[in-house]
Parts: sequence; structure tokens; C-alpha cells
Amino acid sequence: MLRATDLVKTYGEKCAVDGIDFEVPAGESFGLLGPNGAGKSTTMRMVGAVSTRTSGELEILGLDPNDYGPEIRSQLGVVPQADNLDVDLRVRDNLLVYGRYFGLDRKIVARRADELLEFAQLSDRKTARVDDLSGGMKRRLTIARALINEPAMLLLDEPTTGLDPQARHILWDRLFQLKERGITLILTTHYMDEAEQLCDRLIVVDEGKIMAEGSPANLIRQYSSREVLEVRFGTEHNANAAKRLEGLGDRMELLPDRILIYAPDGETVLNQVIATGLEPITSLVRRSSLEDVFLRLTGRSLIE
Amino acid sequence: MSGSDLQHETGLQRQGGSPGQGTATVPTAQLAGLTLEDLRNRALRGGAKPRRYGTWYVAACKFRHQRTYIHTIIWTAIGTPLLYLMAMGLGLGSLVSANMGDEGISGVSYLVFVAPALLVTAAVSVGSEEMTYTILGGFKWNPIYFAMNAAPLAPVQIINGVVISVIARLTFVTTIYYGALLAFGASPSAWGWLTIPIGVLTSLGFNSLIMAYSASIEQDSGQIAMIMRFLVMPLTLFSGTFYPLETMPGYLQPIGWLSPLWHGAQLARSATYGLDESGLLIAGRIAYLVVLTAVGWIWAHRIAARRLNR
Repeated sequence: MLRATDLVKTYGEKCAVDGIDFEVPAGESFGLLGPNGAGKSTTMRMVGAVSTRTSGELEILGLDPNDYGPEIRSQLGVVPQADNLDVDLRVRDNLLVYGRYFGLDRKIVARRADELLEFAQLSDRKTARVDDLSGGMKRRLTIARALINEPAMLLLDEPTTGLDPQARHILWDRLFQLKERGITLILTTHYMDEAEQLCDRLIVVDEGKIMAEGSPANLIRQYSSREVLEVRFGTEHNANAAKRLEGLGDRMELLPDRILIYAPDGETVLNQVIATGLEPITSLVRRSSLEDVFLRLTGRSLIE
Repeated sequence: MSGSDLQHETGLQRQGGSPGQGTATVPTAQLAGLTLEDLRNRALRGGAKPRRYGTWYVAACKFRHQRTYIHTIIWTAIGTPLLYLMAMGLGLGSLVSANMGDEGISGVSYLVFVAPALLVTAAVSVGSEEMTYTILGGFKWNPIYFAMNAAPLAPVQIINGVVISVIARLTFVTTIYYGALLAFGASPSAWGWLTIPIGVLTSLGFNSLIMAYSASIEQDSGQIAMIMRFLVMPLTLFSGTFYPLETMPGYLQPIGWLSPLWHGAQLARSATYGLDESGLLIAGRIAYLVVLTAVGWIWAHRIAARRLNR
């Protein structure tokens, strides 16, 4: 479905994507994770057959985007990071006009538009102005628009950024239904829970390179422990406590406000902590998440 | 009711959507089971029509946009000639005639002299609206060109589709204007209708370069307003529109020679009252306008491609 080999994109001196390889079979839901500026959106634009690669190989639906851009794009649904709905047109007209860009018959487009508005729960907003829609509605309309050509592959660049939890869950539900119909999903996200919910497999990208690859469960197994114990002793005492707790669990991480101890069994380690005579102000045992993997791979410092 | 259903309900209530159950069927093709070869063939078929007709799909979209301000289009098309022909042709014209006689300017009345140039000026000014803010807007404020390009449409098709919609409006504007010329008795020659294509061509020649520049603007800090104020406006005044270019001081006349508007106005005069110009000169004027149009248009293609496919 999608195969990238040593894919590179440079802008002048700056290397946005620095030789990445990945392969996505049809029907898979594949995620790109990474901090801001990691090269996710650039990769998405190359996969969308819009941005021209600097070097490397890229094959989408068995075709080279350099030669078959329109053909490839006729099979894609694209949900960009920033909505680019046509604000000069009403809600339903957005779908009608967009459908025509694919050369689809007017009748077919009109039928699909109505079905998609139903699917996106926007049927009663057909004649609304785009600017009058809420953020969640705009997002759903953008996704509806991306489906007007019955795409084989849907590209979603941070689909739920800026949405409230309700809107996110509706969206996830819709995306899951699409996946069940065999549509290949490629998505980027900052939200680790989203990646765990939606992705069969993902790559973690940083500075244009792939840091890790695998299913969410595998990545957690490989780069983190099963559970994490978080204890707090107060900002001034954490460092001293950490020295005394050395050797507990698989790995320990001292943060300004708390200490994280990665271990297969958090409760056991918590008992060991208490046995040393230290008394944490708060303690929390939780399952390891993709977020732990992400922070371990891409670091905790702020990237802007 | 399961947890996720509950969330749909909450989401709907919060957003004021329909009281749906969140269980709409998925309106997509069933793709599971298709081989890569099937999908590849589906793509090869899917690209054929957009490749061939993409320009027209863009134009159709722009026509829909124009429909949202159709009242402006119609009323400026009708109002502009009425106001200008009355004010300049009849009002100012009576003053000119009083001083210089009824055939005082190159053998015709002031109304007949100024009318064709006014038509061309109107076409240029409508073109400057449609080929500046519309172009920049499609990249920036309402970035539909990116959406079009994410669909199968190519940058060249996008620019061409926009230009087609502009040509359509220009044809409408100049046709109405020509009708007004006839009503005012300002187009004695039978060839006066040629002012319609002349107006369109002059507008394109004048505005194509401006269109290319507009497509290149990344940060809008009022560049277009500056172009209007310091390029379009002065050229209107110094292009032999309201008086023969020869009456200006010699050192100002080169402005007119460079101005597409002057060449267009002179062509229009040849059409409406048979301004005495050699065939070679006429051909030269047309060639100048065609070249300007082509250069700006091709430049706009390049800029659009660079901007959309970076």
C-alpha cells in the first residue's frame, strides 16, 4: 500500500525528513508519533503526493507520486492539520464542490454528500456557514469531505488536536468504523491515548529519523516496564530519596516533582519503598503507557 | 447503554447536533479483500478525469464563489458605465466640446473619445480585484488551493481555472459596458463589439504579472493595496485614458508606452471610431498585451507549483 525507502526531504540547509523507511500494508492503521518539528507533517505531505521528495523511494498504491500524483491523490482522503474547508461555501456545498474535483458524477456526489453528512452528524447543518460550526463539527466536516471519493487511504494529520473529549471520542468511533471497512489509516498525533486507541503499528519520529517502530503494546514492552510507580516526597526531598531508592525496579527517573520507578509489579516496589523507612506524600501505581515510551525516546525537554 | 454510546450522547448534546444515535452506516466502499493491483488500477482510472478536466472543476468552484457576490458583480457592471459615461462623457464632455468643438479630439466628440478607454479601464479594474485578493486569499485566508491540490488537481489547473472564472466576469463586464456605449451613441463603428475581447485581453495583460506577484505573497502587509494605489491608479491617469497621450509632456509619455492600458485603450478606439493607426501598430499593441499575459500567467503557474508542492 505504502512503501518508503530512505525517504529524505530537505528545505535549503534544513533536513526535515532524514532518511526514513517504513511500509504499510492495506487495511492497517499506522501512526507517526513525534514532537513538534519531528518531520511528521512533511512526511504526511509526501505520502499525500503533494510535496516532492528530495531523495529516496516512495511508492503509494504501487505508484510513484512523482509520475502519478493525480492518480494517487484520487484514492486518498486528506485531513490536514489546519482545516481548509471553503468558508465561502455552505456546509453541503463544500462536499459537492470537493467531490467534483475528483471528476465524480454530480448525482453520485449529491448522494454521498447526504450520507456523509449523516455519518458526520451534520445533517441538520447542511446550509450552515462553515464559520458558524464548532471546532469539532469543522473537523467532522473535513473528514466527511475526505471520504467523498471513497478513498483507499485516509491521511489524518493531528485529527483531534484542539477538540474536547466528547468530540474526540465521536471521531475515534468514526475512524474505527472506517478501519473496519478496510480503509488504510495513516495518522499523526501528539496524544498517546489516541495512538494506543487507533494504531495497529506506529513509528516514533524525532529530528527526521525513526527512533522506534512497532505496535503500541510491543513498544511499551520494549522501551518501558509493565507498570510505573510514581512517588512524591516534596520537591526538596525527592533527590535525597532517589539516592536511597537506587536499585529498586528496572529503572528509575528523577523528576523535579516526583520519582518514577519502572517495574513489572508496582505494588511490590511500593512496599519495598516503604520498607526503607521513607514515607512518600503520595504514591501511584499505574500501567506503563505509550507516553512513557515517547518521553524516553524523545526526551523531556521542551521542543519548540 | 455502553460507555461509548453515552459519550456520543453527551457529545451531541454539548454540540447541539441531531439526536442521532452515533450509529450511522459508513458511507464508503468495502475495500477489504482488494489486492494492491486492484487498488493501483482503481487509482489509474481515478486520475483520468481530473487530469483532463481539472481546470474546469476549479472554474466551476470559482463560479460558485462568484455567485456569493453576484449582486456586486451585476450592479458594478451596470453602474460603472452609467456613472462614468454620464460624468466624463456628458458632463466633462460638454465642457470640452464648448472649448474645442464637437469633433475636437482626434476628429470625434469627447464622449466618443473617452468611452472606449473607460470600458478598458473598467475591465482592468475588475481584473485587478479578481486577480489579486482572490489569488492571495486562496493561498492564505481561505486556503482552498491547498485543498484542491490535496485532491487530484494540479497547480497549473488551479491557476487556469481561476483565470477562466476571471475571463468570464470580464466578458460580462465588457459586454454590459459595450451595451452602454451603444446606448450613449458612443460607438459609431460597426466594429465596436471588438472592445469586448480587447477589454478582456487588456485586463489580462495588465493583471497577469500582478496575479503572479499576488500568488507569491507569504506575509500580507498591505502589498496589494500598495499596488492598487501606486501602480493601478497612476497608470489609469497617465495612460491616455482621459486625454490623448500626446498632450502630456514628453518625459511622461513613456509611462503610457509601457502601460498595457494605453495600448488597450488605443485598440478600443480603433474599434469604436476607427482611430487612424497602421495595421503594424495595431498588431504590435496586441502582441504586447499577449506577451504580458503569457509571461504573468506562466510565472503564476511556477509560483503556485512551488508554493503548493514545497
